[in-house]
Amino acid sequence: MGSLFRSEEMTLCQLFLQSEAAYACVSELGELGLVQFRDLNPDVNAFQRKFVNEVRRCDEMERKLRYLEKEIKKDNIPMTDTGENPEAPQPREMIDLEATFEKLENELREVNMNAESLKRNFLELTEVKHILRKTQVFFDEAAQGSLVSYPQMADPSREEEQVQLLGEEGMRAGGQAALKLGFVAGVILRERIPAFERMLWRACRGNVFLRQAEIETPLEDPATGDEVYKSVFIIFFQGDQLKTRVRKICEGFRASLYPCRETPADRREMAMSVMTRIEDLNTVLGQTQDHRHRVLVAAAKNIKSWFIKVRKIKAIYHTLNLFNLDVTQKCLIAECWVPVLDMESIQLALRRGTERSGSSVPPILNRMDTFEEPPTYNRTNKFTKAFQALVDAYGVANYREVNPAPYAIITFPFLFAVMFGDLGHGLIMFLFALYMVLKEKPLQAKKTDNEIWNIFFGGRYCLLLMGMFSMYTGIIYNDVFSKSLNVFGSHWSSVYDMNYLMRNKDATIDPKDAYSSTPYPVGVDPVWQFASNKIVFLNAFKMKVSIILGVAQMLFGVILSLWNYRYFGKRLDIYLLFIPQIIFLCFLFLYMVLLMFIKWVSYEATATDERLLPTCAPSILITFINMVLFKPAEPSGNCDPYMYGGQGGLQKLLVVVALLCVPWMLLAKPLYIMRNQRKAHLPLNNHVNAVEENGGAAHADLESGVQNAAPAQQPAHKPAGGHDEEDLQEIFIHSGIHTIEYVLGSVSHTASYLRLWALSLAHAQLSEVLWSMVMRMGLQREGWFGGVAVFLMFAFWAVLTVSILVLMEGLSAFLHTLRLHWVEFQSKFYSGAGYTFSPFAFEVILEQAASSNDD
Amino acid sequence: MGFSFIPFIFFTALWAVVGIVLPFVVPKGPNRGIFQLVLMLTAATCWIFWLCCYMAQMNPLIGPKLSNRTLMLMAKNWGGKIPN
Repeated sequence: MGSLFRSEEMTLCQLFLQSEAAYACVSELGELGLVQFRDLNPDVNAFQRKFVNEVRRCDEMERKLRYLEKEIKKDNIPMTDTGENPEAPQPREMIDLEATFEKLENELREVNMNAESLKRNFLELTEVKHILRKTQVFFDEAAQGSLVSYPQMADPSREEEQVQLLGEEGMRAGGQAALKLGFVAGVILRERIPAFERMLWRACRGNVFLRQAEIETPLEDPATGDEVYKSVFIIFFQGDQLKTRVRKICEGFRASLYPCRETPADRREMAMSVMTRIEDLNTVLGQTQDHRHRVLVAAAKNIKSWFIKVRKIKAIYHTLNLFNLDVTQKCLIAECWVPVLDMESIQLALRRGTERSGSSVPPILNRMDTFEEPPTYNRTNKFTKAFQALVDAYGVANYREVNPAPYAIITFPFLFAVMFGDLGHGLIMFLFALYMVLKEKPLQAKKTDNEIWNIFFGGRYCLLLMGMFSMYTGIIYNDVFSKSLNVFGSHWSSVYDMNYLMRNKDATIDPKDAYSSTPYPVGVDPVWQFASNKIVFLNAFKMKVSIILGVAQMLFGVILSLWNYRYFGKRLDIYLLFIPQIIFLCFLFLYMVLLMFIKWVSYEATATDERLLPTCAPSILITFINMVLFKPAEPSGNCDPYMYGGQGGLQKLLVVVALLCVPWMLLAKPLYIMRNQRKAHLPLNNHVNAVEENGGAAHADLESGVQNAAPAQQPAHKPAGGHDEEDLQEIFIHSGIHTIEYVLGSVSHTASYLRLWALSLAHAQLSEVLWSMVMRMGLQREGWFGGVAVFLMFAFWAVLTVSILVLMEGLSAFLHTLRLHWVEFQSKFYSGAGYTFSPFAFEVILEQAASSNDD
Repeated sequence: MGFSFIPFIFFTALWAVVGIVLPFVVPKGPNRGIFQLVLMLTAATCWIFWLCCYMAQMNPLIGPKLSNRTLMLMAKNWGGKIPN
């Protein structure tokens, strides 16, 4: 009990909580994280619930905290994460928290507002400074040469706005036109200049004169904090009408205009005062920033724990909203799913909660009977979690169904390793996983958003086992980066003399005299690595192994279905489904596996009986096909097409029995149910009372027939007539589908296991190609250049080995293994139609909130 | 029959210890069942894989086809006999 083999036993409980104690109790349960509450007011919308006000307050607090966090991040202040987990504060502490946050937020807002206005001020002053500086240039320029260009603009009547820039001579020279020349100066965003200029030209019909100069240093926009480039401009015009027009255009282009004195002395004076004001402002701004920084640093110390507190409070009120109010208003009623094994610790937590709240009445936890399907809860640890996740990705197990995860702990890495078998590649994978396992704690603390890394890290134990098994299968395949180890000495030897070897380029050595009559003790003999017919030998071996492992795993899956039937008390299914299934699989496919072993043992090169010589060894596949097609085997030459006496007759018998299993699976169960129903309906006509018993029995049978237990809300006895026929039809169809799936599946799944051979062949070939095409090129050079070549080629080879052979091949082998487990293995016993137990746990809630916050 | 007892006994015994003896000495605890299952499945899968490889080579039906160079090197380094 309490292990991974089946999901935890669950029970529905009713929980009575005193109103005052409810908050503390729920808080304790949240820390425990073993209770899944059900919503008792599903038709009440979120705004009509009891604690909607509190939730809203929490939302508000969270908003304030997020604002604070944003400000802290803006100033790049490190937020200390002490990793502590404060308890959910009492409801009365909520007010304190609220006040603290309110104060902080107001203070910050005020500081920010002040800073913004100060900055605006500062910006204005800087702009004025620049205007003064730049326009001075214009004026100086104008004083020297503009009169030549614009003599007609000069105004002889010496109005007070009369500009200096034209100079004495200019005024005199253009004396006849009585013009009043005014100007405005300002600052505008640099990118707006061309449009601005065009607009001015068009709107004033060319009667204005614009000069502009760029401000080299970028200015800070006080509202957004962005750096912007601006330009100073000065516009000369004539008359009031133009002045208003120019001003309007400036306004439209969001140019800021500043008053500018006409006389150089005034301007100089103004510049002086601007400079002093800027300096003053700078000190004030610095102080404001300091203050803001102090406030934020103080807040940064606590912000994480505040977040946790607020989120906990919010989660508690959300949970309380799921509860029902008792009529007397003194009691809250909750319904929850609870693992039976944890009832004790839940009781304890409730007691702690009551004590904390100071209430005298203990909460009451009542077990309830229910017909609902309980949630599936598999208690995992850091080791089993990854494997459970692999299974859950396909479908969550039904309640208390056999869980494939514990078997996958070994079969998954093993089947992976059959495809990935290479001592070197396995070692790389193993070392990588070992690093993650040993550095688990520091790596865990370093949270990253790198999804690929997180996947690797989450599956570190799976990777570790995959690496270990790959090393083992690598030893058996005798493959280390496509080379072999000759640890025990090859059991083959060369038997040819020098003369023969000189004359022939290659030779096949005969097992009759070159083989030491016992095999290499561990794995494939190293001699095969050099052989040009290596693939012929390895294919025969690997294909057979694939089928042997596949049939073994499928048989295992079918046997696991027996545990399901036994556990759920479906004895009928054992006789009507399990037995024909296992007979079908054994008589056809296990028999094929047996033939393989017989072939391995009985045919040999040194046989005295010539019917047992290698040339007479029959192909297993052809034998199997002939067997299923009832084709008599044809003898060729002196060979016996059969491996043992009476094989032909036995095979016929096996096929006939296996084929008889098909109607057995297809019809036996529906017919049985039909007969039971007839029996149940017969007394219906005579006596109503009798129905109660028999009807119930028939219904029980029906339930087992329709795989998933029918919801018990259905009436105990079914209405007679058309409804029954429909049900029967459904049962027949269901049984038909199931049988077809199983029979065809057995064939196709067995063939599907050949992927073990195909992928392992591909992997071995790829690594050999990589060696001979890359590494060997480096090894063949001589002299000092050879050293360099090896160095470079090794780097290239190593990169390709890791990226293609370990990563890509590893991924593809992983996916094929996943498929073998999901489809070929689990289809034999696993329905996976349950739903997960998702308890109310602060840990989960905080994690979710933190990850959504990061996005 | 190309069958040698020592490696067979050795490997069978090795995996028997892992798969049959060790499960009995797993310390008691909540994960005992999982540990036992892991040990037994490891032993079963590893043993059958080794066995298949061993049996596939017991009575080879074909011999390796090697180049004369490899054969000479084999004779020189692996102690094969070269009549002349």
